[in-house]
Amino acid sequence: MNWRARLLIFVPYAWLLVFFLVPFGIVLKISLSDIALAIPPYVPTMKDGFWTMITGLDLENYAFIGAGAVFATFALIVLAVGMFQILYPRVRRALIPDARYGIFDSAAVALTALAVAVVNIAVLVAVLSFLFPILSDFVNIPDFLYFAAYLSSLKIALISTFLTLLIGYPIAYGMARSAEHWRPTLLMLVILPFWTSFLIRVYAWMGILSTEGYLNQLLLNIGIISDPLVILNTNVAVYIGIVYTYLPFMVLPIYAALDKMDDSLVEAAEDLGCTTLSAFWLVTAPLSKPGVIAGCFLVFIPTLGEFVIPSLLGGSNTLMIGKVLWEEFFNNRDWPVASAVAVILLLILIIPIVLFQRNQQGDES
Amino acid sequence: MRKFSWFNATSLTFGFAFLYLPMLILIIYSFNESRLVTVWAGFSTKWYGELFQNEAFLDAAWVTIKVAFWSSTLATILGTMAAYIMVRTGQFRGRGLFSGMIYAPLVMPEVITGLSLLLFFIAIGLDRGVITIVLAHTTFAMCYVSVVVTSRLVSFDQSLEEAALDLGCTPFDAFRSVTLPIIMPAVISGWLLAFTLSLDDLVIASFTSGPSSTTLPIKIFSAVRLGVTPEINALSTIMIGLVTIGVISASLVSRSMSIKARADERRAEQG
Repeated sequence: MNWRARLLIFVPYAWLLVFFLVPFGIVLKISLSDIALAIPPYVPTMKDGFWTMITGLDLENYAFIGAGAVFATFALIVLAVGMFQILYPRVRRALIPDARYGIFDSAAVALTALAVAVVNIAVLVAVLSFLFPILSDFVNIPDFLYFAAYLSSLKIALISTFLTLLIGYPIAYGMARSAEHWRPTLLMLVILPFWTSFLIRVYAWMGILSTEGYLNQLLLNIGIISDPLVILNTNVAVYIGIVYTYLPFMVLPIYAALDKMDDSLVEAAEDLGCTTLSAFWLVTAPLSKPGVIAGCFLVFIPTLGEFVIPSLLGGSNTLMIGKVLWEEFFNNRDWPVASAVAVILLLILIIPIVLFQRNQQGDES
Repeated sequence: MRKFSWFNATSLTFGFAFLYLPMLILIIYSFNESRLVTVWAGFSTKWYGELFQNEAFLDAAWVTIKVAFWSSTLATILGTMAAYIMVRTGQFRGRGLFSGMIYAPLVMPEVITGLSLLLFFIAIGLDRGVITIVLAHTTFAMCYVSVVVTSRLVSFDQSLEEAALDLGCTPFDAFRSVTLPIIMPAVISGWLLAFTLSLDDLVIASFTSGPSSTTLPIKIFSAVRLGVTPEINALSTIMIGLVTIGVISASLVSRSMSIKARADERRAEQG
């Protein structure tokens, strides 16, 4: 490799190392520091000498935010998903001997597998806590705020990903099934909101959902409701905001998968006696799966750390970890705890990010 | 020809109504006479007039455009380099880390990126201002640019480049006279993407900006927190309008450029 190629690699590589990787190292270091009334507001720093700084670091902030409990919960969820993946094909073989199965069979198999996985994990947790009482110290939660915020972010991200899929799939399907000459225009119409300011799109809903907002006026005038609905500053508004702003991320990968699909497959299935619904379930749904998975990750991962939507549309009781981190940093000025919150969020995100990349690479090859 | 399906037509109608109605309402009410944003009191453009007299907004808009211009330009250069490395350079030490660093910022929550960059700037003693926002925006935008450019680089015929090298071009000349014109549509759309990302960004800019360098999204956010105002509606309408014009013209330009590039490729193959 000559020096030109080396230089070409060096420039962007060094840039990313300095402005992406090194900052994470600093976050990690500060998360192990203590808050102080100083500038910058944490100790120890490099000024104290390298060795004093290293020995001055501790896990106090992680204990404070209940990192052990967050991890234990997260490990259980990952375990449940893994167990579900193993159980699903076995249960399917046990319940449905032949290969013919429809939506309701799949649902029954999934529910059974899920139930078995949950029971297994409950037994495992009971046994572990009986054998190792010391574990209860590890999952001790001094301040419940952070733990609740992680859980609530997870819940909000999961529900809104599901809702986005529910609304996005028919749109992508309709686009892929529309006349050829319409598709570029429809594609443009989906992409256009993505280019429009995120903040403005969230703001647009504030006027619609508020108590005197357009939605309430419309419903009151029609006479469907007699008292205005309270939607703004609740979790419902947060769900609406997330579905609205992240819809293009769901529609585009599903559309890409459906667009590649050969239509004659569906026709063949229908010729062979499938109903429209079962042809969809047996042919179209499996072929669009990579797009669905990609779309779900693209919505789920950024939603988990979302800040703008919960702070504008959510209320004071909408707990999301991105908002907690922001308030910890800007309002409480507790940089070490904010850093610890960020590190834990990052660790939680690593698994979905790695799964997403693997899905993308599998799709490409 | 496919048969018309009521299901598809309905899902498309409702889907696009959901995507566009909120913005449409925002645009309509920006021309409302009344300060009470939910009561229609006749057509007026007075909020646009007030907006253009608001020094704070104009200053913030200027800062935002400066930041967006410099960061998207830097990001385009770095992102194109990164894409070229990922597609054309074979195995080198640390390639896995490199591709990880390219893809991670795409999905990283903005609060984490913002926090880490702020702590980094403070640790190295760099005063926060326009420069720090440019550095931060360049870092995450270059990853988007590299994804856009990569998809074009993998799809074009590498033998064109090899031919140029065989005919005595230096690698740099081959890149400049063969590769760059072919990937130009992707580079331009990468630049536009980086520009809009920078224009939109609130979270990372809030962390990395100083007191003297407020950007437009920061300004809008602090105004919006108090509720809906007609000035912000007017500002939003202007921004939506600019983006719409930009995206449509960019797609027309890139379509005509890629048609021309393809015609050139075909002519090169024949001739």
